[in-house]
Amino acid sequence: MSDETVITVRGLRNAFGEQVVHENLDLDLYRGEILGVVGGSGTGKSVLMRSIIGLQQPEEGEIEILGQNVAEANESEYLDLRRRWGVLFQNGALFSTLTVAENVQVPLREFYKDLDEELLDEIASYKIVMSGLPVEAAPKFPSELSGGMRKRAGIARALALDPPLLFLDEPTAGLDPIGAAAFDQLILDLKESLDLTVFLITHDLDTLYAICDRVAVLADKKVIADGTIDELLATDHPWIQEYFDGPRARAALHAKERN
Amino acid sequence: MEGQADFTERETNGETVLHFTGRLTVARIGDLDDRLTDMAIRPAKADISEVERVDTVGAWILHKLKRDYGTKIVGASNNAERLIDQVASADEIVQVRPDEGSAFSRTLARIGAGTMEGFGSLRGLLAFFGGLCIAIGNVFANPRRFRFNAVVQRFETVGVSSLGIIGLMSFLIGIVIAQQGAVQLRQFGAEVFTINLVGRITMRELGVLMTAIMVAGRSGSAFAAQLGSMKLAEEVDAMRTIGVPPMESLVLPRVLATTLLMPLLGFYAALVMIMGGGLLCWVSLGIPPDTFIQRIREVVPMTDLYVGLIKAPVFGFIIGLTGCFQGMQVEGNNEEVGLKTTAAVVQAIFLVIVLDAFFAVFFSSIGWV
Repeated sequence: MSDETVITVRGLRNAFGEQVVHENLDLDLYRGEILGVVGGSGTGKSVLMRSIIGLQQPEEGEIEILGQNVAEANESEYLDLRRRWGVLFQNGALFSTLTVAENVQVPLREFYKDLDEELLDEIASYKIVMSGLPVEAAPKFPSELSGGMRKRAGIARALALDPPLLFLDEPTAGLDPIGAAAFDQLILDLKESLDLTVFLITHDLDTLYAICDRVAVLADKKVIADGTIDELLATDHPWIQEYFDGPRARAALHAKERN
Repeated sequence: MEGQADFTERETNGETVLHFTGRLTVARIGDLDDRLTDMAIRPAKADISEVERVDTVGAWILHKLKRDYGTKIVGASNNAERLIDQVASADEIVQVRPDEGSAFSRTLARIGAGTMEGFGSLRGLLAFFGGLCIAIGNVFANPRRFRFNAVVQRFETVGVSSLGIIGLMSFLIGIVIAQQGAVQLRQFGAEVFTINLVGRITMRELGVLMTAIMVAGRSGSAFAAQLGSMKLAEEVDAMRTIGVPPMESLVLPRVLATTLLMPLLGFYAALVMIMGGGLLCWVSLGIPPDTFIQRIREVVPMTDLYVGLIKAPVFGFIIGLTGCFQGMQVEGNNEEVGLKTTAAVVQAIFLVIVLDAFFAVFFSSIGWV
């Protein structure tokens, strides 16, 4: 982890009609870290991710990603930016009419039209294996995969272009504990081996304890605190206390200590 | 392009050494892979000390050199070395494309699968019909289980709210029939028979048939989509668990609604078609409305009305049944809902037209011509 920021958000404001989701929100993501973003339901974790990756137009505020101000970027700069991040949506969001291998090849085909078929197939193959999928999964369609395998395929697609930045939206939601732990390990391994910076939205306390370098807490329309879990525990915000000092959090902490 | 990946061959101490330059990344790799694969020599070493950046694609290409030619990679940064190790450990034989036989066997397989699916669907429909009959029997045995409210609600969505669109469609069809008929019959100076044409074809055939198509598109598809999404959301399973039979609570009210409303809608459509035809006769043939109605009463026999009214509930039943049947067939994912909804409409219209042909022959042979 270094002091170099990969994402800088300043003064972000998002609102849907009368309902204000974010107001004056600041956030920093540093190179090489895994940042966990937590918050109660409806605090706008996904909206924050969507505004950073450009799916949601914020009303106010500055967003800078990899040194590029998103609002000021022209078409080609923006396109260039987009191939430098990968996104895993909550349910994988795989294209249902394509096989897993074809899904992984979609970004490659879109951005690099002159790659030859053989190399494309090889790239898809090693990405699929790296994402921890069994080799039989490659020619299958998303509907034939289990939830955990769909998420792994989603990761393989997100990493297709070797992006330095990875967004994960509740990667372990809906997975059984064993699958979730394996997925946490996968994220950690990929981050180590591919030198990734990870923006991770989660509800899973185990994930937070196991792999996150830093945690940002979303409440009251902004990031009320960020830092390591120990640092967060030192703050006296009631929600943070309840979140990290509740029975589930203590269980997650024990689990971590046992390992 | 700036930083394009490239390599040169050099002989050093009797060994071939490949010197790589540029960025070994997916964006700059170009045809490097092809050129390396087509290479005639087996390089002993690959020097990547001048390479600016390596990503997994570059690492993969270097890994292949190592794997296929036994080339030694020298001058790699820690990062590059780690990536090469990573892709090396992910190197497994992966079948990328689904199995596909020859075109001939695939065609045969598709015909076979289509046939099986056709028969399977027919069998399923029959079984569903059987299930519905049992549900009807149960409701007759315990009249209190009849869901009156559900039926009335369906009456509104299937019947009342479709009056506008069916009326408009019928009115326009009436005008078209009268106009086309008048043009043809004028050649024989028999324009006045336009009235016979309009009166008989609408009462006997088109009123009910067009309504059936409309109801299939409007309500049959809605049934399939509703039941399909309920099935996906496990609502149907929840009903079964609680002890509410879906056949009685979901399917029966819908089928009953289409069955009972089709005659009404069909009759209404026929009347509006006649009105449309009457308007055209008045405007373009100069036949005043009272004469038109007088003639209609003379030329349209009562049996035409019976033909229409007998067919209509059968069509309605078919539409409701196929809509609900396809909806209940939904399994797996959201895509299925769309597929089954389409199937419901296609199947309903197909069955309606097949039955209509049988009815036409039947009514002619019993003398209702």
